Order: sequence, then structure tokens, then C-alpha cells
Amino acid sequence: MRLIPGDIIDLMLAQNDIATGQDRAAIEAALGLNQSLVAQYFSWIGAALTGDLGNSLWQNVPVVDQLAATLPITFELGLLAMIVALSVALPIGTYSAMRQDTAGDYISRSFSLLMLAIPSFWLGTLVMVFPSVWWRWSPELNYIPFTEDPLQNLKHMLVPAVLLGLSMSAVTMRMTRTMMLEVMRQDYIRTARAKGLSESLLVLRHAVRNGLIPVVTLIGLQAPLLIGGAVILEQIFVVPGMGLLLLEAVFQRDYPVVSGVFLIVGVGVLLINLLVDLSYGLLDPKVRHQ
Amino acid sequence: MSTRAAELVSAPISSKSSWPIIDFTRRLVRDKPLGAAGGLIFLIFLFCGIFADIIAPYGINDTDLHRRLEAPSLSFPLGTDHLGRDVLSRILYGAQLSMVVAFLAAGLATVISIVLGLASGYFGGKVDMIIQRMVDAWMTFPDLVLLIVVVSVVGPGVPQIIIILGLLYGIAGSRIVRGSVVSVKENMYTHAAQSMGGRNLYILRRHILPNVMPVVIVLFTTRIGAVILAEAGLSFLGLGVPPPAPTWGSMLSGTGRTYMYLGPWLALAPGLCLTIVVYSINVYGDALRDLLDPRMRGR
Repeated sequence: MRLIPGDIIDLMLAQNDIATGQDRAAIEAALGLNQSLVAQYFSWIGAALTGDLGNSLWQNVPVVDQLAATLPITFELGLLAMIVALSVALPIGTYSAMRQDTAGDYISRSFSLLMLAIPSFWLGTLVMVFPSVWWRWSPELNYIPFTEDPLQNLKHMLVPAVLLGLSMSAVTMRMTRTMMLEVMRQDYIRTARAKGLSESLLVLRHAVRNGLIPVVTLIGLQAPLLIGGAVILEQIFVVPGMGLLLLEAVFQRDYPVVSGVFLIVGVGVLLINLLVDLSYGLLDPKVRHQ
Repeated sequence: MSTRAAELVSAPISSKSSWPIIDFTRRLVRDKPLGAAGGLIFLIFLFCGIFADIIAPYGINDTDLHRRLEAPSLSFPLGTDHLGRDVLSRILYGAQLSMVVAFLAAGLATVISIVLGLASGYFGGKVDMIIQRMVDAWMTFPDLVLLIVVVSVVGPGVPQIIIILGLLYGIAGSRIVRGSVVSVKENMYTHAAQSMGGRNLYILRRHILPNVMPVVIVLFTTRIGAVILAEAGLSFLGLGVPPPAPTWGSMLSGTGRTYMYLGPWLALAPGLCLTIVVYSINVYGDALRDLLDPRMRGR
């Protein structure tokens, strides 16, 4: 059912070809661009199935190698951002629901609305400009692989990860709040309260676990958002991840790289959704026993 | 369009005024003061955009190299950039561009959502199946990645941006319209109309569409904010509206970036405007949703 994205890849591929083909008619033959679009697509798909995504048109290195070099970096950024988002959204969302219609609730709801409205590239720009003007401090911009110096690497990744995480936390926070409000009105919560369970145990053991299930779905739905946000933040903070690779490839019309990134993104989103589906079993005994 | 929905909503409650929109506004101000304030702020920006040519103190590209990177002052309320252009004027014209893109793209998106949603929800069966699988495929890809790739193919420019954003959000939004159509379709009056031999097109226009209108209006409102942000993001990456047209996104990127350390005010105004506009329209959209569509409340 979800195999249809191939159509889109096909479309993108085809259109990219037209754009490049006109400019470089002479080198077309050398790069194999002179075949029909359909033939190109099938040879690309055929090769892709065996793990060969072709070579970059500019650097003449295999696209697979470029992806292998950049994917872990974006993955790290995304993972850090996810951690930030969840550790902001879950407690605040729960708090907001527990204290519905109090000042704290309004403040945290306004905060989440604000986070939805602030463009991450503006926050990124502010973080770059103002500390440097005021305190002569600017975020680290030299990328050091995690394996070489984990601390230095985290120092570089932290700022973009926090920014990305904050912008992601907005929707999650709203969802957490809605779900917690719904759960807290259930009969079993009233029963638990009636038997004298402490409020914290009530929330942690009974409410959160039931309220979390839709939130987990949301995390899966947000995976595309994460990747999109990574493109912008990687550009601002010079993180050599997949987003930066895509952007450079787009500007250079390096279409094997573009379609490679596109393929990985599609597969990545599908995998994340699969993981989300599997995690229901862990979270929800009702699913497990069916 | 909004009059229609306001009619629907306010009719059972009160019909004091002959103008439903006035009734509705009164309700909005009374029940959702914050939402009303958001709507007002958005209207102010819309007004600034429409009348940018009259309000702006300087032209978009009036350069004065003697007055480069001047801090905000009386003659330049928001300072000048690295070419000596007045930032306030560029912000105002930027508002114009943002609003044009926002309304046209969100409008296009809404039309696409309605057409796909109605077809998919009303006819069901194979039509529904095919449309929904295509929507699935489309939604697998991150908005921004899809946008970047498509723009790289068709090239940057205002019409392209409007069409792409309209398509992108239109296809995604058709889900919401479809869901609403499916529930309206099961109502007694739809069945009655069908059993009387009403043609599909007539039923869709007469019974289904008016009843999904509240959802559509809310969808349109939330799309405006999303489109403004997406356009700014693209322009920031250099893939949106090409220079020298002033857009809020591109004012934060490109050559201007290097001068921000000398003139930090350059980094403030465009982003702040973006945030305020999107924030206000989102707050307004939330309030609208609470009033028009109880089922979506709190989502």
C-alpha cells in the first residue's frame, strides 16, 4: 500500500532530468542522460534495488557513500531534537492538563502556540547574531565526528537540536494536553481516585500510559517535519547532514543525489511509522492481546 | 463564504441582526477575546500589505549608500540595511507579498481540498481508495523536502510558489474535508435527497458542501499561517521569491546575514513580523474552530 511513493520519485526524477538535460546536452551521453526518461527510471530503480544509487554528477563519488556519511549526522540531530521535544512537551503538556484553565495552563498553551509560529530559521539567526554581538559568543560551527570527540560534537549539535526540538514540542504538547484531559475524565480514574490513590501515582501509572498512545502516533507523523526542519537548521549551523547534502544537490542540479536523498527520506519515514505501529504493543496491552 | 458559515452557526442561537457576520463577530469577541484580538492583529497586517504602496515611506529599492546600516531612528524607524534601504518599507512590501501568496495559495489549497475531499468522501469505494492511496504517498514526504525538490525543478517565482504550496496543502487537507463529508453523508436529509432521485452534483452542492463549510473555513484559516511560514522558509533558503523582491524570509538570509553582526536590527524585524502574523492567525483559527466545529476542539 505504501509502495506508491515510487511514483513521486519517478516524477521528480523525470522532471529533474528535463531541467538538467537542456543545460548539458554535450555531457548527457557520458552520464547516461540521453536515454528516455522511462528507461532511465527503470535502470535507476533496478540499480537501487541492488543498493547502487549511481554516482554524484559533480563529485563522481557513489551516492550511497555520500548518504552513508550524512545520514548518521542527521539521525543524531533528529534523535537529540526528539529527546528535547519529548522532555519539554510531555511534562508541560501533562501539567497543563492537570491545572486546566489556570495561569500556568494559559502560559504553557501560549508558549506552544508561539513555538508553532516562530520560524526555526529566525530563532537560529537570533542565536547566531545576538550572543555574538552582546557577549562575543557564538555557537560552535565546526563539525567534529562523534567518534573523534563526543563532547565537542555534542556542543555543536546541541543548539540546532534544541531549536528543532522546541519547534517540534509545540504540537506534541497540545496533543499531550488534549489526551490527558480526555483520560482524566474516564471512569477508571475516578475509581482510582476514590480508592485513595495519590495524585502522582494516579497520573503516572493510570493516566499517562493511556494518554500516551495517540502522542506516540503523533511522533510518527512528525518525522517528516523533523527532516524538513533539519534541512534549514543544518544550513544555518553548517551541520554536514543529509539536509545540507540535499540543498547543495538541488542548487547544483545533482539529480542522482537528490533522488537518493528522496528515497532515503521516504524509506526513513516508513520505517519510523512501522516502529510506531510496533510500539503500540508495548504501550497498550489491548493491542498486544489481539 | 464566511457569511454562509456564520449563518449556519448563529442561526439557531440568535437572529437579532440581519447581518449574520456581525452576530458572529459579536460572539467571537464575547466568547473568545484572544481569538478576536488575533484576528484584529492579522487584519492590521493585511491592511498594511494592501496599502503598502501608500504607507511605505521609501521605495523598495531606494538605496542611499551614505546611510548604510543606520540604527533605527525617526527617519528610519526600523533602520537601514547594508545597501541603505529602509527596512520598514521593505517590511511593508514584504507583508504585501506574504499576504498575496498566503491568500492565493491557501485559497487554491482549499479548493483542491474541497474537490478531492468531496469526491473521495461522497463517492467512496474505488474512487475513495485511489484518491486516499495517492494522498498517503504524497504525505510520506516532508513538506519542505518536497517543496525544495519541486522548486528546484520549476524554478523560483511567485506563481510557482503559489501553485506548489496550494497543491501541497490542498492534498494534505483533503483528508480533513473527506472525514467531514463521510459523516455528513450519513445524515437523514442526504438519504432523503438521494431517494428522491436528486443528482449527485445537486446533493453535493446543496446538502453536503454547506454542512462541511465550517470545517473548510477553519482549514483555510490555518492554512494561511502555514503558507506564510512555508514561503518564508523557502525564500530563506533562496528557493522562494527571487530578489530583489522583499520577502520576510529572504530578508533574513543571503548577503544580509553577514551584516547582521553590524546591524542586529536587521535580524529582528522580519522574524518578529512573521511570528506575530502567524501567531495571530493561529490564535484566530483556534477560536474559529472552537466556535464553528466542536468536534475538532482542542486538537
